[in-house]
Amino acid sequence: MLDELEKAWYIALKDMKAYYFKPPTISWGILFPLAFAFAFSLRNPQGLRELAPGLLAMSVLFGTSSMSVGSIMFERRSQSFEQALQAPISLLGVVLGKALGGLLFGMLVCAAMALTVVVFFGASILRPALAALVLILSSFLFSAFGVFLALSVGREFDAMILANSVRLPMLFLSGVFIPVSRFPAYLRVVACFLPLTYTVDLLRHSLVGGYDLIPPLLSLLAILAMTAASLWGAVRMLERKLG
Amino acid sequence: MAKAIEVDGLTKFYGDLLAVDHISFAVEEGELFGFLGPNGAGKTTTVRMLSGLTRISEGQARVGGFDVRRQTKEVKAHIGVVRDTSNLYLDLSVYDNLMFAAQIHGVPRHQRHKRVMELLEMLGLASRKGQRFAALSRGLKRRLTIAAALVHDPPILFLDEPTLGLDVKSRRLMHRLIKELHAKGTTIFLTTHYIEEADRLCDRIAIVNHGRILLADTPERIKRKAQGEQIVRVSFDGGGDELPEQLRGLAHVDSVEAMGDGFELRSERVSELLLELADFARSHGLRIISLNTARPTLEDAFAQLTGIDLELMRMERKNAG
Repeated sequence: MLDELEKAWYIALKDMKAYYFKPPTISWGILFPLAFAFAFSLRNPQGLRELAPGLLAMSVLFGTSSMSVGSIMFERRSQSFEQALQAPISLLGVVLGKALGGLLFGMLVCAAMALTVVVFFGASILRPALAALVLILSSFLFSAFGVFLALSVGREFDAMILANSVRLPMLFLSGVFIPVSRFPAYLRVVACFLPLTYTVDLLRHSLVGGYDLIPPLLSLLAILAMTAASLWGAVRMLERKLG
Repeated sequence: MAKAIEVDGLTKFYGDLLAVDHISFAVEEGELFGFLGPNGAGKTTTVRMLSGLTRISEGQARVGGFDVRRQTKEVKAHIGVVRDTSNLYLDLSVYDNLMFAAQIHGVPRHQRHKRVMELLEMLGLASRKGQRFAALSRGLKRRLTIAAALVHDPPILFLDEPTLGLDVKSRRLMHRLIKELHAKGTTIFLTTHYIEEADRLCDRIAIVNHGRILLADTPERIKRKAQGEQIVRVSFDGGGDELPEQLRGLAHVDSVEAMGDGFELRSERVSELLLELADFARSHGLRIISLNTARPTLEDAFAQLTGIDLELMRMERKNAG
């Protein structure tokens, strides 16, 4: 077990060295959330404090998944993805390694965004420890989800297209900009199936208190369950690729 | 002698396509075993199944004593695999690529740097350790890819078309390296569609086509199986356009092929043919400039025994290069 985790860590380290400064990682992982935050701050500087949970959640989503999707996309294109598959490490270990690489990148992006909203826009963090936990767990969830998406496509070029097809609608249906409680009933049902919904609600609870739709403990359990499902799905996709 | 690789009824289906058709063979420890055949013969698919990169549809395979299906991690710990493409990480340096390979193959931490530097020195890459993999030439990329497969000192090495697309100098270097590894006792499973490469390097060769093994034996025995034909190469001083037809008319000639400024004649009765050629030259006022005999090459035996179109294989090699 320790051996597997150690090898997963080496995969994450390798990804950090190779992909952290690749254009898709920078553009989708850092510039996109920053551009959104900047656009909203121009429209309504005071409203940015209210949007802080959603913006942080958005940073987590895009920061982590851009890294995990991008790294797999590049490696499938150059066929170097098989280097990890040739090593004595389980498929789960490979998936964990890729997810870990995304998580660490996502944490960096989150830290930058958190600093921005706290220092420059005066947002407060009511429960810092919970906020940190939510960001870490959500980073892992979205990174694992990105691994699953990237391995689901037949052609490697389609990975980022699929990721954006999922991420962009999620932005508008998960309470990032408008609380889910204000959605029509059928959209509230849809929101319950989206992982970002739970991250936004938990971050709202940890930054400003209260919650929008789902009690915090349930949100936490949902994040854990969806993480497990993403990892399982990613391993299944890898098994299918082995023919 | 213990078997390094044992395969029984190995089969691979891709949907309805039968890529590998119930093949069986064994490779001894320390042997250099060749899989020779054209593109699409099933060579790479066989390597992928034996190295755990592709699921086996039917049959059994043991590598290094471990069952490939049930003990895949143990198999991977005991093998090195070099694919037909140099597939290391483009954005990592030479050193970082090798270090990563050492890390995920479980080379002990305190040995990693030493092992990496040893391999870089051995393969003439030490001066380029800081260079990105993407910036290396094709030959150097190939060397580093082989180094990555050797970093954990595996007893069994799978080389899938190791010299594909390399220039003559790089190919010779690769052959020397393969021979050195073989001399050290590494079991090597080599796939190639270069007949002369298989002939030069391998202890035994399996000729494969359409997913099946057509023949498996030592290169010498394969050549002897070619039906007793020998080759006579002759060139004359003089002679006109009708010379090839005239040579075909000789009693003991099976075939005539123009080669450079001479001819290659095939015959099962070389002694009689030599006397005929002397009479022929004298009666037509020709002078024989050169005359020598040769045994069939592996290429001759390959074509004769398998019916595989050699010209097609040459075109495939040219396109791949």
